[in-house]
Amino acid sequence: MNTEPAITPELIAKHGITPGEFAHVRSILGRDPNFTELGIFSVMWSEHCSYKNSKPELRKFPTTGPGVLVKAGEENAGVIDIGDGWAIAFKMESHNHPSAIEPFQGAATGVGGIIRDIFTMGARPVFSLNSLRFGPISGPGQSAAILNNRRLFAGVVSGIAHYGNCIGIPTIGGEIYFDESYEGNPLVNVFCLGILRHEEIARGGAVGIGNPVFYVGAETGRDGLAGAAFASRDLTEESKQDRSAVQVGDPFREKLLLEACLELLASGAVAGIQDMGAAGLTCSTCETASRAGTGVEIDLEKVPKREPGMTPYEIMLSESQERMLIIVTKGREQTVRDIFEKWDLPYAEVGVVNDDGMMRVRVGLRVVAEIPARKLAEDAPIYVREATPRPAPEPLGPLPEADPLTALPALLAHPSIASKNWVYRQYDHMVRAGACVLPGSDAAVFLVREADKILAATSDCNALYCSLDPREGAKIAVAEAARNLACAGARPLAVTDNLNFGNPYKPENFWQLRECVEGLAEACREFDTPVVGGNVSLYNQSPAGAIDPTPTVGMVGLIEKPAHITTQAFKKSGDAILLLGDPGDELGGSHYVKVIHGRKAGPPPRLDYRKEKAVQSAVAALIRMGLVRGAHDCSEGGLAVALAECCISGDELFGADIDLSAFGNVRADVLLFNESQSRIVISVRRENATAALSLAQWQGVPARRLGFTGGELLRIKSGEREWVWPAKELREVWWTAIQRSMEDG
Amino acid sequence: MKAAVIRFPGSNCDQDCYYVLKNTFAIDTEYVWHKEASVEQFDLIVLPGGFSYGDYLRCGAIARFSPVMRGVAAEAARGKLILGICNGFQILCEARLLPGALIRNRSLHFVCEHVHARLENMETAFTHAEVAIAGGKLLTARTGLLLRMPVAHGEGNYVADEATLRDLHRNNQILLRYADARGAVTSGANPNGSADNIAGIVNRAGNVFGLMPHPERACDPLLGSEDGKLIFQSVIESAMKKTKSSSPITKRT
Repeated sequence: MNTEPAITPELIAKHGITPGEFAHVRSILGRDPNFTELGIFSVMWSEHCSYKNSKPELRKFPTTGPGVLVKAGEENAGVIDIGDGWAIAFKMESHNHPSAIEPFQGAATGVGGIIRDIFTMGARPVFSLNSLRFGPISGPGQSAAILNNRRLFAGVVSGIAHYGNCIGIPTIGGEIYFDESYEGNPLVNVFCLGILRHEEIARGGAVGIGNPVFYVGAETGRDGLAGAAFASRDLTEESKQDRSAVQVGDPFREKLLLEACLELLASGAVAGIQDMGAAGLTCSTCETASRAGTGVEIDLEKVPKREPGMTPYEIMLSESQERMLIIVTKGREQTVRDIFEKWDLPYAEVGVVNDDGMMRVRVGLRVVAEIPARKLAEDAPIYVREATPRPAPEPLGPLPEADPLTALPALLAHPSIASKNWVYRQYDHMVRAGACVLPGSDAAVFLVREADKILAATSDCNALYCSLDPREGAKIAVAEAARNLACAGARPLAVTDNLNFGNPYKPENFWQLRECVEGLAEACREFDTPVVGGNVSLYNQSPAGAIDPTPTVGMVGLIEKPAHITTQAFKKSGDAILLLGDPGDELGGSHYVKVIHGRKAGPPPRLDYRKEKAVQSAVAALIRMGLVRGAHDCSEGGLAVALAECCISGDELFGADIDLSAFGNVRADVLLFNESQSRIVISVRRENATAALSLAQWQGVPARRLGFTGGELLRIKSGEREWVWPAKELREVWWTAIQRSMEDG
Repeated sequence: MKAAVIRFPGSNCDQDCYYVLKNTFAIDTEYVWHKEASVEQFDLIVLPGGFSYGDYLRCGAIARFSPVMRGVAAEAARGKLILGICNGFQILCEARLLPGALIRNRSLHFVCEHVHARLENMETAFTHAEVAIAGGKLLTARTGLLLRMPVAHGEGNYVADEATLRDLHRNNQILLRYADARGAVTSGANPNGSADNIAGIVNRAGNVFGLMPHPERACDPLLGSEDGKLIFQSVIESAMKKTKSSSPITKRT
């Protein structure tokens, strides 16, 4: 510690602190920082912790609503009311950079981190979703890039499985896409939801002067040093040497920590609680103090450590997993000791809450860092970056018409559209005995027994649309999420988002971020779904360039009655198949153009809020009347893929006879694969078809009879044209595509 | 009667088992922490699934040394009913309360899916009952009945030496085998590579049952199956009968 490096301009730059920011640090401290303090500022003022480049944008989100109990940004996760005194806490977070370097541990600790955010709120985590994006895993040849993408995909999936299965929180759905733009920079966004009573909401404030501060959970090691700062840089070739910035997860420890913390919270001994995630001990001490307007003083000698000889810098910046900071009500210390001894977890009283507003870090009697807590936590510089619009996307132009007979199976075999059973088989998605709808339908549906509530959840983002038109793409992400919930029989409640973008210092990237945020904000207002929390992940670029802008939307809804739970698959032969919405004609940004023609081109489909809300409310009404046997929205691959999925995604295989002659004599690819929005395919009993059609039309939604379920063939007719596919063959390509890619070579 | 759900550090199906016993079957049920030495006061003891001790070393290998396992072994010796599900089955094997072992799945991957388990012996304490299910129907035990239940494990591949397998067959100790939807016991229907498609076995005395599928996840029509109820109904009936006929014994230590 006497050998701490001197504070030189090079060292400051190495910590990602600009000269202007350093001047700000000096004005806060009234002196030069020492090495430890420099490290502390560098992580707290990283993009990951401070949102310094995105905060002005994030303020555009609607964050309030009648059901919002804890707002976005207030605590570790937002909390909303679901009735009868019950509430849910949920949030989505990214672990993109660590997963690019070390996919297994990167993804595993991503799961661990988001779970801690949820039980820090006093909620019992009940399920997770995953939203993943990788470079292509299939394609001609066995290029090094494809092999690497497969390695990352397999590693991330086993990391999520490892952590989630062991801790016993099921991953019940989400989305997985494959696209060149994620090559070398995969996206790993994890969503977790927990349940609690209103009165159980825990806060992360260091309240009560004189209250002892406890460190509980795993010992601090040298792993994950300054991970938050690492996540706030571009990924480069040299990033591989940053392995020490990747944390190592222990789901068993976290399971014990989860149970012990919930037990302790129930005991009433906790005045404040905060997990140690990004920026570890640093973030948890200054944020708890800042929230309560107090100070916190800790002694690093008392912190349980995994190895000897750790410097204050290392201890304060470590991102070792499975640790929490707990402010204990004075006099209740023994309760903490009893509970953590019962669960065989390390714990230590490391400090005290004081009234001087300082985050003071000591080693024994020697003060090694002393920083005004609120200024450290809240006074990070805020930048409004320059934004330059990207050139308009390449127009679609004349497009050769592909043969639908081969195009449909090719779309179903594309890993972004194909069944994800290879993934979900590896996740224990049925633990906690609540998954009413298994992964693979429009939304995941989960019965929370303790509350007797049925929740639906989905995560959505078509990044291809966002790359072509970020604003429209973001609006569609919200609309599609709400549509998926409506198809599952749920009423949308609220949103968490994960904003994944490239380096914000590049004006085009910042423009994408701003467009997407404004699109999300507008759509969230339209659908009355406030944003209750989320995460920003910038610097998602590899040497090849930035990722496609990916503002992932996680949306949660409530299903009133078990009878309303609806899945996409056809259920019975002879049912009528109806389309709610227009035939559509937009091919721009479609997966057909991407997969079959190898182009990302054209303006993506437009969203019309009026039509979208009408089709959602029509499907909701039909479901509540008990008329709907299956409902599925048209998304990637358009109507033909939606119909095929209805045939092949259930326990039982169905054929269907479809007649689209009424749609006119349009090009086959436009007819079958356009991705115009606000369209839902439903199946109803034959005798209910007329009632369903008139009800939808009465609600102002165009509705048409497409045909009937039954037989072994999917047969689509349009005038003189007819295409026929054996359902069994479609199922085979769709079901096995990912497995075949992963086992190839 | 009273049921215990043992909680090892890392158990994660404890709450699901507790819920089914307490709410679905209205049984007086308690959690028992693994540091307790005795489980004498209980008539039915459930070892739930999960990752006891994080599956470190080997699944169930550390949990067998938990203090509570001495109590479980003592009660097993006295004929109490013990039900081990998934990790509970692994612990029972490690503790030698059941023969054989559960090793890494043939695929080397964790597998989570619904399977069909064929009932091979309907004359045991765990597999004999009749139970009401949705739609006013009855589910009645019979040899060959298919029970649809989820599996979720990385180490469910049952192995034993030939003599043990022979004994298991000879004594009708194999209660469940993986089968396809038509009831055929095929390699394709075997999710983990288990010898003879074994999904669950009982000890020679007939009071200790271990199975890899999760009956507690198949007790509600909303979850897609109620077939797991047959196992709970059977074991609860058996425990009640034992409680009545042999209550004085429970006083002995």
